[in-house]
Amino acid sequence: MKQGGIMLRKLFTATVAVFLMGSLVSGTAVAEVSVKLNTTADHTKFKELQQTFNSGPEVTKVCLSCHTEAAKQIHRTKHWTWEYLNPDSQQKLGKKNVLNNFCISVESNYAGCTACHVGYGWKDANFDFTKEESVDCLVCHDTTGLYQKPPGLAGNPVVGEPKELPPGSGKFIKPVDLTKVAQKVGKTSRDTCGACHFRGGGGDGVKHGDMDTSLAAPDAEVDIHMDAAGLDFTCGTCHKASSHDVPGSRYVPTAQDKGGAIIRGMTEKRNPATCVACHSNAPHKEADTKQAARLNHHANKVACQTCHIPSFARGGVPTKMSWDWSTAGKLDKDGKQFTINDEHGHAIYASHKGDFVLGQNVKPQYRWFNGEVTYTLLGDKIEKGNGGPVGINKINGSPNDGKSMIWPFKIMHGKQPYDPEYKNLVKPHTAGNDDTGYWKNLDWEKAVAAGMKNTGLPFSGKVDFIETEMYWPITHMVAPKDKAVGCAECHTKGGRLEGVEGVYLPGRDANPLIDKAGWILALLTLLGVLGHGALRIVTGRKH
Amino acid sequence: MSEKIYIFKKFERFWHWSQAGLIIFLMLTGFEIHGAYSNFGFEKAVGYHTIAAWSLVGLWVFAIFWHLTTGEWRQYIPTTEKVVAMVQYYLLGIFKNSPHPFRQTSLRKHNPLQRLAYLGVLLFISPLIWVTGWLYLFYDQWAAWGLGSLDLSLVATGHVIGAFLMLLFLIAHIYLITAGATLTSHLKAMITGWEEVH
Repeated sequence: MKQGGIMLRKLFTATVAVFLMGSLVSGTAVAEVSVKLNTTADHTKFKELQQTFNSGPEVTKVCLSCHTEAAKQIHRTKHWTWEYLNPDSQQKLGKKNVLNNFCISVESNYAGCTACHVGYGWKDANFDFTKEESVDCLVCHDTTGLYQKPPGLAGNPVVGEPKELPPGSGKFIKPVDLTKVAQKVGKTSRDTCGACHFRGGGGDGVKHGDMDTSLAAPDAEVDIHMDAAGLDFTCGTCHKASSHDVPGSRYVPTAQDKGGAIIRGMTEKRNPATCVACHSNAPHKEADTKQAARLNHHANKVACQTCHIPSFARGGVPTKMSWDWSTAGKLDKDGKQFTINDEHGHAIYASHKGDFVLGQNVKPQYRWFNGEVTYTLLGDKIEKGNGGPVGINKINGSPNDGKSMIWPFKIMHGKQPYDPEYKNLVKPHTAGNDDTGYWKNLDWEKAVAAGMKNTGLPFSGKVDFIETEMYWPITHMVAPKDKAVGCAECHTKGGRLEGVEGVYLPGRDANPLIDKAGWILALLTLLGVLGHGALRIVTGRKH
Repeated sequence: MSEKIYIFKKFERFWHWSQAGLIIFLMLTGFEIHGAYSNFGFEKAVGYHTIAAWSLVGLWVFAIFWHLTTGEWRQYIPTTEKVVAMVQYYLLGIFKNSPHPFRQTSLRKHNPLQRLAYLGVLLFISPLIWVTGWLYLFYDQWAAWGLGSLDLSLVATGHVIGAFLMLLFLIAHIYLITAGATLTSHLKAMITGWEEVH
């Protein structure tokens, strides 16, 4: 009896021990597997990273001690130079040069705008673009979500002590633990790309319309490819970088890709981020749709995005559709700046920026587009009320050039400052804690004078406002296929493609003369036979 | 007083009614595709229109075969005989209870105006609809066929003209059903095959 009790107890202990060991073993196995799958290096184990960093460049120096060529690679990219020479138009573009109808321009506002530069310290025109340690590795390779670069610090994070931003505002920003972030570096993610690209134009979803924080972890309805519970693409799945050069089509969009799917081993240099690059030029399959052949034929003239992105700003984040700077400058009764929010809490007026029109689930507008974009740059002459708004960028395309497709666009409408005497757009100094920045002082003459000072262009001293528009091709937020735009939404009068000329759309188009003649003749024939019949009845035909 | 003759054989009647159904259905779906009104919705209308068109093609294969092998194609050879008399009958005689100037036989089923009308349908309206319709259907093959410079609006407009002409024909045709020996004698003939003649 006693012996039996001991035996039982031993058995119980052994069982528990085996059970515990089993769970321990499996836990370790899982941890090991996940490390093995992601990377060959555990950065927490690197002695060089086990130190306190007092600035971004200190981290970069350590990164470069192993990744010796990384900074040089970055130096060659648009992410670094913010400059781009369009090989076709020879226009000098890039964030550094272009204007837009959101916050207008980077120049003279560097410290604010360069929060989104992949570097440290670009606070004025004298930034040294050759310094390797000025490259910011962490902004793209952070995996913790803790790394932040607030506007106003020229691309530097807050390190050490909490910092009041803007100075005197009473709002303090917590410092970033650079050691922790540096030890946890990894591949880029929707969050790291999104930190800047979701917030283009100065806030969530403001600029693009098809990119906002809803893409950080979207469901299938918002983006079938990025669907966090499905395909879970990151930005880099399509924009697959090589040597830190991220492919895409910002300034020379690939409007038409006839190259078919890109097969592994293909050496030809092509934009890998087009739909065709994966889906080929005949993406519709008989198994999925009865109209496969017809739809594939549509794909010769209609960009995939036109049908497969039925609307943009679909994730619950509004995008700005219009921005009127001319109404900025109003003060409340206490002489202070104020904002007016809509029912969802989104600003529709701000004293320092003017009036906004916001949009969600916006149907795009459609245009023939061949990928050629020309910008209205700072020195270009513009005229008020001369054939509609000034095109901040103008898209080219026609139904017959063999290069154009029908594309969806967000058309951003603006009313922005210009010089009515020299007749050109101006670059105002907006951001900055000084006595000329518009956002603080609400004085256009001072702000434009300060902004134009280093541009090499004269400023007349007068500021007027001019209507502008800017085209943003829509290409993200691809919907599930059953949510694609249906035939009848274009094949009808007053449909989505109303006004898109150069193509005969059954259901939308008709020869008005033929239609009128046809119906009149049909009516006359009907009246004729009815009259004939009536006459037969009146004249009393027996049968 | 009146007698009955057997005019329309079984296949002919089947051909007539199935063709009538298909043509009316093609008009309904076709004018919907054209944007004249809305019923099935564009996508379904296109699908149904295509199916009906191919069905009609199939039917015509049989009908052409039947006409050639039976010699019935001769019914459509035009004649000027009694054309004036027919016109006069429809314009005047029919109101005065004058006798019908044409007497049907199984060898001459159609009166001279009918012959001309059907020949017009056969030689003009149908080819117009078929040629433009096929081009429309194979729009995606034009480049491969060397027709890349063809303009869809031309083809589509031709197809629409054909449709309107067919509509005019249909209206007149339906009315003239009542213009036989009695109000319903033509209709009965196309249902039973037997036409009542005076």
